[in-house]
Amino acid sequence: MAIKRTFLTLLSAAVLAGSFAVGSTTKAGAEEAHFIPLLVYRSGPYAPNGIPIANGFIDYFTLLNERDGGIDGVKVTWEECETKYNTKVGVECYEKLKNKGTAGAALINPYSTGITYQLIPRAPVDKIPILSMGYGQTAAADGRIFKWVFNAPTTYWSQASAFIKYVGQQEGGMGKLKGKKIALVYHNSAYGKEPIPTLEALSKKFGYDLKLLAVDHPGQEQKATWLQIRRYKPDWTFMWGWGVMNQVALKEAAAINYPMDKFIGVWWSGTESDVVPAGDDAVGYKAGTFHAPGANTQLHKDVYKYVYGRGKGAGEKSRVGEVLWNRGMLNALVSAEAIRTAMGKFGKKAMSGEQVRWGMENLNLSKSRLKEVGLAGFTPPIKVTCADHEGNGPVIIQQWTGKEWKFVSDWISPMREVVRPMIEAAAAKFGKENNMTPRANCM
Amino acid sequence: MEALQAVFVLPFLDMAGEPLFFLEVIIGGLLTGVNYSLVALGFVLIFKASGVFNFSQGIMVLFAALTLVGLMERGVPVWLALVLTVLAMIALAFIVERFMLRFLVNQDEIILFMATIGLAFLLEGVGEIAWGADVKELDIGIPDKSFEVGGILLNEFDLFAAATGTVLVVGLAVFFHKTPIGRALRAVADDHQAALSVGIPLKTIWVVVWSVAGIVALAAGISWGAKSGVQFSLSLIALKALPVLLIGGFTSVPGAIIGGLIIGVGEKIAEIYWGPLVGGAIENWFAYMLALAFLLFRPQGLFGERIIERV
Repeated sequence: MAIKRTFLTLLSAAVLAGSFAVGSTTKAGAEEAHFIPLLVYRSGPYAPNGIPIANGFIDYFTLLNERDGGIDGVKVTWEECETKYNTKVGVECYEKLKNKGTAGAALINPYSTGITYQLIPRAPVDKIPILSMGYGQTAAADGRIFKWVFNAPTTYWSQASAFIKYVGQQEGGMGKLKGKKIALVYHNSAYGKEPIPTLEALSKKFGYDLKLLAVDHPGQEQKATWLQIRRYKPDWTFMWGWGVMNQVALKEAAAINYPMDKFIGVWWSGTESDVVPAGDDAVGYKAGTFHAPGANTQLHKDVYKYVYGRGKGAGEKSRVGEVLWNRGMLNALVSAEAIRTAMGKFGKKAMSGEQVRWGMENLNLSKSRLKEVGLAGFTPPIKVTCADHEGNGPVIIQQWTGKEWKFVSDWISPMREVVRPMIEAAAAKFGKENNMTPRANCM
Repeated sequence: MEALQAVFVLPFLDMAGEPLFFLEVIIGGLLTGVNYSLVALGFVLIFKASGVFNFSQGIMVLFAALTLVGLMERGVPVWLALVLTVLAMIALAFIVERFMLRFLVNQDEIILFMATIGLAFLLEGVGEIAWGADVKELDIGIPDKSFEVGGILLNEFDLFAAATGTVLVVGLAVFFHKTPIGRALRAVADDHQAALSVGIPLKTIWVVVWSVAGIVALAAGISWGAKSGVQFSLSLIALKALPVLLIGGFTSVPGAIIGGLIIGVGEKIAEIYWGPLVGGAIENWFAYMLALAFLLFRPQGLFGERIIERV
């Protein structure tokens, strides 16, 4: 009985200590400061992807506070909420955090297509803009309907069209695509299905044959999928995967001797977590991206100096510069630049969601501005407008050498003439279904 | 008419039209099925010993693989890491018996089930704290090149995993059917108190069974982890074992083998020949549908014990 009581006491103490530990990791304060809720997934099956993204975010905000004293003198605060990449939990996290900070949440980065879809109807009500960088609902690129949602610098549909352009270049011209076979292995979810309309439209335009192969969550077992690939013998295979699906796909592709340099993944299938576990089998595999890999910019040097040098890094120093750390960092940078743009209009104080929405819509990360923030050559300029919340950013193809990702193409502009009308049609359909009229004076 | 033809005629014509490919599908299904059996076997062993569905079996697969790869990452040679992981799984069995099962003798099955849910969360947390959440490459030196035999593509690792799984499953089937421990195990599963009253060492039986389930989890973890990397989604593979158990029966080691093979082959054939009719990705729910169909005719599974209770 005494042992049981001691055990219970220890357990209670551990739970209490755990609660305090969680509380102490939060950075939201009472002083005048921008507040950014962070929906993270540091545990659960997608944690290997969620951890570097979250660390990239936090390291950049820490850098701003440590090096510059915040954004134009106003500190950045944040609070993490663990979603486990679960949509329901993500929405609860959003509700919990949206009113924190001196001016409420400046903006929200859901970091999940499922959570993004759930937050889209709430954004105009709560007046908190959503930045879903490289994920979420592609149609949100039409700012006339989706006033509160931004998916700059580029979208899944743009990426799919860039892939086809790349394949055309590799085959010796777009005319050579006729009669070619392309397979899409995709996560059987709203996210995985995103590129299908674009690839189908381009199939009609260029005459290639398209085979769609869905893989159910989580994608641990894919033998049937890759047997079908073996039989179909596609000239090129694209993958829209996530988590364990990517690693298994690479192993299965190698097992059927599929040429890795003809296998291209979406930017969520092109990270160190995807290729390192596959070992030598992953060498030669390609993936799309919208920013550079590695830690070779001035900004990375500053992160080492001001963040890790002062013992304030969110993760391991050696992981700064990994693909997903860089993506989290870039996402944080775009968020911060939108806040900075808003401060230019509304003054040097904590920005509200409504003000940051204006900042997002007037964001202009030019080549010279990218150089100023220490990211010269890291990503192409990003310019958002009232009508175009995507910015039609280009895509680049990177290849895994066995040790690192390397660019193997030039920056590829998406086929805007194909993608934009599709975006506008999808947005108009969404607007009609939700009784929304396009904003006037928004060209 | 066209729809009927697409469902009832064309898939069979497809199979007949490319018999070599059909054979490859079946072989692929059998190889996958053996791996399903390995996961299912862990459930069967513990169900036989305690009459409870071990919710933490999937996490045990992950925990074993994480321990193995964690030791290897710290420079421990493969053979020693394997030995140490086996010892860790045996230690886990002792801990489970000492701090969990011992207090639950003769309790309702639901109590034991709830305890295994708690164990699952505990192991998940301990695993994450001890070894981190990154995806880890698992390479214990088993070759994984593919080669063709008569136009059929085979993979060395798949064959090795299937052979290991088969040896393990057959060995365990013999062990639990032909040895006194096997008989004691069945007695324990039937009634804890009655087993104790006739002198069966309940605690020892539980430690033995949980140890063996841990070793089986290690084999499953190596087999699945080599392909996907060792990561937390490895624990979800347990979901694949459920239809296997429903078909084979929760108390039968041979049932786990046959169930695994049926699910493995069945889901591959369904996915490849009928999947395209509905947009694909049917193998997960098809496995459960197949299991439900079996339940209609044999609620106890193919080899499960028929429970007759006087009311």
